[in-house]
Amino acid sequence: MSFALQCLRCSWLTRGSAAITCRRRSFSTSQRLMMSRHTHAKRIQGLDKNVWVAFTSLAADPSVVNLGQGFPDIPPPSYVKEALAKAVSVDRMNQYTRGFGHPPLVKALSQVYGHVYGRPIDPFKEVLVTVGGYGSLFSTMQGLVEEGDEVIIIEPFFDCYVPMVRMAGAKPVFIPLRLKSGKKSITSADWYLDPDELSSKFTSKTKAIIINTPNNPIGKILTRDELQMIADLCIKHDTLCFSDEVYEWLIYRGQQHVKIATLPGMWERTITIGSAGKTFSVTGWKLGWSIGPQHLIRHLQTVMQNTLYTCPTPLQEAVAQGLMLNMELIGQPECYFTSLAEELEGKRDRMAAIVQEAGMTPVIPEGGYFMLVDVSALNQDLSDMKTDDDDDEAYDYKFVKWMIKKKKLAAIPVTAFVSDQSTKDFEKYIRLCFIKQDSTLDAAGAILKNWCQTNTTSN
Amino acid sequence: FFRKVKVYGQPNLFAKSVEFTQLAAEYKAVNLGQGFPDFSPPQFITEAFCKAVSGGPPMHQYTRAFGHPALVQSLAKFFSRIVGHDIDPFEDILVTVGAYQALFCAFQALIDEGDEVIIVEPFFDCYQPMVVMAGGKAVYVPLRPKEGTAVLSSGDWVLSAEELASKITPHTKAIVINTPNNPLGKVYKREELQMIADLCIKHDLLCFSDEVYEWLTYDGAKHVKIASLPGMWERTVTIGSGGKTFSATGWKVGWAMGSGHILKYMKTIHQNSIYHCATAAQEAVAQGFEREHELFGTPQSYFQQLPAMLHHRREKLASSLKGVGLQPIMPEGGYFMITDISSIAVDFKDSDTKDENYDFRFVKWLIKEKGLATIPVSAFYSPEHSKEFDKYIRFCFVKENSTLDAAEEILKKWSQNESSH
Repeated sequence: MSFALQCLRCSWLTRGSAAITCRRRSFSTSQRLMMSRHTHAKRIQGLDKNVWVAFTSLAADPSVVNLGQGFPDIPPPSYVKEALAKAVSVDRMNQYTRGFGHPPLVKALSQVYGHVYGRPIDPFKEVLVTVGGYGSLFSTMQGLVEEGDEVIIIEPFFDCYVPMVRMAGAKPVFIPLRLKSGKKSITSADWYLDPDELSSKFTSKTKAIIINTPNNPIGKILTRDELQMIADLCIKHDTLCFSDEVYEWLIYRGQQHVKIATLPGMWERTITIGSAGKTFSVTGWKLGWSIGPQHLIRHLQTVMQNTLYTCPTPLQEAVAQGLMLNMELIGQPECYFTSLAEELEGKRDRMAAIVQEAGMTPVIPEGGYFMLVDVSALNQDLSDMKTDDDDDEAYDYKFVKWMIKKKKLAAIPVTAFVSDQSTKDFEKYIRLCFIKQDSTLDAAGAILKNWCQTNTTSN
Repeated sequence: FFRKVKVYGQPNLFAKSVEFTQLAAEYKAVNLGQGFPDFSPPQFITEAFCKAVSGGPPMHQYTRAFGHPALVQSLAKFFSRIVGHDIDPFEDILVTVGAYQALFCAFQALIDEGDEVIIVEPFFDCYQPMVVMAGGKAVYVPLRPKEGTAVLSSGDWVLSAEELASKITPHTKAIVINTPNNPLGKVYKREELQMIADLCIKHDLLCFSDEVYEWLTYDGAKHVKIASLPGMWERTVTIGSGGKTFSATGWKVGWAMGSGHILKYMKTIHQNSIYHCATAAQEAVAQGFEREHELFGTPQSYFQQLPAMLHHRREKLASSLKGVGLQPIMPEGGYFMITDISSIAVDFKDSDTKDENYDFRFVKWLIKEKGLATIPVSAFYSPEHSKEFDKYIRFCFVKENSTLDAAEEILKKWSQNESSH
């Protein structure tokens, strides 16, 4: 590949990164020729762009109220922090542990999920501990998806699914959640999967379907019937199911989270992914897990053994203790698996109210900690935002950039979570994260209140 | 069904060492096999971790994906003066989940189907499956004991320039070196690195330099970074480890350092595989480097104290081994010492293992019959060369004195048994 082409690629790269390096250097001819040999492997072609790298830096300005990236600004429960500090004071906890998962942790996971699934789970053969839910997704794709496979992805999707499928040499096949006709979208339950459309996506090349429930960004929880429909197709076509359930505990009143792996015929073909970060509000601990049958998990374990080998010991020890503690508390008000959801429901409703006051339309999520907000009714004039991006950048990208700059409020554009063919259906939405302190929500509320007023006075 | 995974799905050394670990536990063996300390990390680093844990909520949430700012900045500051190059913390460094993941990112980002990668043997065995997983082909060139002299030190094992040059083809993309070396303990001299560098420049190769044991050198051996040689910064990925640096292998904080135009590809792999590394652990390692920056070159520096302590442990183990007629190869650096076992005649009696390499059989016998766990060195060689090097076993001496004392007892008893026959 020519150096010129490399530099062109540089300029596509997200801000604040290699693009600057590229322009800043001056090269001699011989260096130019030499560097052209240091090409990257084909597997990363086109995978360098990423919505987070772009928007995280924009939102990093401390004067911006950040409802963008999905992490809490509320503290985690004190007992997990204490467990971590205690672990570090034990010599053995600072050295390598078992590669596929620290024994106390896989045993705790086996107990908690054995209870949830209603079946025994072998801690050593049916569980793999990974670097976050993200690491589980990666181990799953690398372990089970091959060149030429097709993988069905439901839109909107957590954005990493696509590059991971591509990196495995496979082709993503999209099916969008659709809004029930006639409905002004009110809740995430108003979005559905068309059974005929879904069925048409399964081909002889389909290796797997990825589902995410509760869904990021919409917050939809797939119903038992919907899961059964997916399960029927998986069984009929003998495909795998990768079920991303990192928000499994964040279920709001009246809702029920169903694990597709518990449906008949599904345990043997499903990998279920969970996250300590989301479970205990410690996204910075980056621990997650995959649970499934041995004949599938062993391939994920092989990937683990050849990628990073083992996860940090003291963090695993602390998560194990957090799980065991809460296992004892299941059914009680102090159980974090349920108390966090209760706390968040209030924040969810508050967020919905303040967003409505500003003239935007929220999509009330059934689960998770994100909310889609339809900003189209505002008809916001974005023309005072001069950008050097392409003119055909999606509306939500432009809106969010404008909102960060002009209103000091950060969100994430929802078209980051859909394929190009669905952009038109989703570009009127932005995603807000509401697992935030009351003071953060207050600050957001003040901006949104002001917005309404500013708009009125300037028009 | 899973063709690709089958190719690299063979159990690697870690998996085998798990087998040995289980065997060692079963026989209650003194374990000098596993490559990690059985003593605690230094107090200042565990305190730094506790301080990070009790820090505000941001310490428990996602940090910058390519490396916690405090850590990349302290690494850049620390290593710039060693490498002799202004390292940009945000362009030239990628923080990873241990050096292991840094290696993974390097192979995935830069090695493609059909590329050849030269691996110097003996090698930390994950290099080979990582090359295969990236679609590449591993080409091996062994370090060999010098002819005609007594081989007493890892410095007596050398790379032949001709042999290395002969392995380079138009498909060669990179060479992997590890200095100080696991398992041999060799610390490559400047001239040896220059020889490798000359070939890299001549043939426009990349160099992946695994330097996780960089602070552990003995007998005045000096660790030299190949990236500091002229013409090498722009083509070298240097890999380091917080775990090995601060005796906290379970923290899994590592990094890759190199020119941004190469690192950026590794960042793409990282952002599509793991994305973020644990925040608190990175903060603690950052504080560790800040402290070492202040104390660099002084007697209070952990980078002086640890090798000084291990120097003695190394001597202690070597004399125990010599005392029973074994021939240790004194390592110039690292965690490990290999020992020639060819002078010992053993009747294995175990017909189950008769197809395995001699050192594998010996290691299992040593666990079961003598209660001492080690690792067979032929595990660190390619299939084509493993039979040439199957008379060595590897000991880890980064252990408490009590562990080494226990090993010494076993060896003494063994030699007494031998001499009484």
